[in-house]
Amino acid sequence: MELVTPGIGILFWMLLSFSVVLFILGKFAWKPILNSLKERENSIDEALSSAQKAKEEMSKIKSENEVILAEAAAQRDKMLKEAKDIKEQIIRDAKELATGEATKLIENAKVEIENQKLAALAEIKNVVASLSVDIAEKVIGRELENKSQQMAYIEDSLKKINLNK
Amino acid sequence: MKRIWLLALLTIWSVGVYATEAEKDTTVQSEHETAKFEPGKFIIEHISDSYEWHILTYGQHHVSIPLPVLLYSQHTGFHVFMSSKFHHGQEPYNGFHISHDEPNKGKIVEDVMGEMIVPLDISLTKNVVSIWFSLIIITVLFISIARTYKRNPASAPKGLQNALEIIILFVRDDIVKASIQGKKHEKYLPFLLTLFFFILINNLLGLVPIFPGGANVTGNIAVTMVLALITFLITTFSGNKAYWLHIFNAPGVPWWLKFPLPLIPLIEFLGIFIKPFVLMVRLFANITAGHIIVLGFFSLIFIFGNLNMFAGYGVSVISIAFTIFMTVLELLVAFIQAYVFTLLSAIYFGMATEEHLHHEEHHH
Repeated sequence: MELVTPGIGILFWMLLSFSVVLFILGKFAWKPILNSLKERENSIDEALSSAQKAKEEMSKIKSENEVILAEAAAQRDKMLKEAKDIKEQIIRDAKELATGEATKLIENAKVEIENQKLAALAEIKNVVASLSVDIAEKVIGRELENKSQQMAYIEDSLKKINLNK
Repeated sequence: MKRIWLLALLTIWSVGVYATEAEKDTTVQSEHETAKFEPGKFIIEHISDSYEWHILTYGQHHVSIPLPVLLYSQHTGFHVFMSSKFHHGQEPYNGFHISHDEPNKGKIVEDVMGEMIVPLDISLTKNVVSIWFSLIIITVLFISIARTYKRNPASAPKGLQNALEIIILFVRDDIVKASIQGKKHEKYLPFLLTLFFFILINNLLGLVPIFPGGANVTGNIAVTMVLALITFLITTFSGNKAYWLHIFNAPGVPWWLKFPLPLIPLIEFLGIFIKPFVLMVRLFANITAGHIIVLGFFSLIFIFGNLNMFAGYGVSVISIAFTIFMTVLELLVAFIQAYVFTLLSAIYFGMATEEHLHHEEHHH
């Protein structure tokens, strides 16, 4: 019976001392302990979520960078292509121009040559005509004289003419 | 340094169990050298409260710490004296003596003209001193780690703080948060944490067979009664509308179970008292039973020893093995009982403050 009969003394002391300790611990131990546990958990949570955020930010920036890079590459390609086109155009134009000019020059030269040729021919004709006349005069004038002299004279005249001209 | 202390404590548990119990028990034997060894008496003496703290006996010499006796008698008023005046319960003092007979066996009674009257007894008995000892340990322990928390709030826990933090978090997350809805659990945490550590440390100290351990505090019905009473009071005073409605007019129960005979309300109402009562008995019975079994195995040595010295030595090997096994088992029980008491208290608080019943109430 003694075991299952609660004693007044121990009931009293237990209630008193347990309550006092409960109060003291509640104020000076559990409160700071639980608060700092909570704070620590919060700060860990915050750190984790901000790390996550930073990671997301990073991947966002990375993908943005990729887009920019791709755009830049496209731009570069486009510019290179344009430059190439322009270059080809310029070369083509230059070629065309040069060909045109050359043809024109050749054309001019041909015309000039033709003119010169015609002029030369005309002059030759004139000279030949006048020479023929001269030679004929002289031939007629010396006919009666020595035949061999006559031939020598002609030859001599011709030589003079050749030399003059 | 701290580690050494812990190691020392563990060593006391493991080695001390039989070494010192044996010391105590040989004394019991020598005390009753001529008398027969009475295991029942021996066990009851070890699990009961006492006015002095018996440490050991060698030969006929008892070594014990006398504790103060505080009495109030209706006839002679207040009395304060040391329990050593009783000479280990053998002699009367000032009209008081420790009764050896039922119904007040083991208690101080006053002899008023041949009539035995029990005075109001608030003596600082072995259990009271043991309670104080454990409360001092708890207070010092947790205030010191609270200071560590305050000093370095952001840093990772170390050493003792780390070891206790695991248990604190276990109580907070797996017992209290799991049982009580939402932010309300914070209000009950201080009590439940104190409760858990008080039961745990007293269960463990009860397993230490040498001074200052060995008192059967959590196996004392008055101690478990106070703990259960606090749980009961908190549950009752924090009960909300839904809780009381559930008790007196439980929703979802057919009307004929409530009227004309209020069967369910009656059962629910009795439940308010049965729940803490069961808490009280469970802890008391578990711890006391553990102590009785350990002491019972021990008594076997002396029962056989009385028959034959060699039988005693032979049995002692088996007995010690069983005692060690039981002590290890009791170590587990120490945790389980602290857990169960705290968990059930938390569940009762959770039931008293639960909110979702409002929803059903409207449906009704």
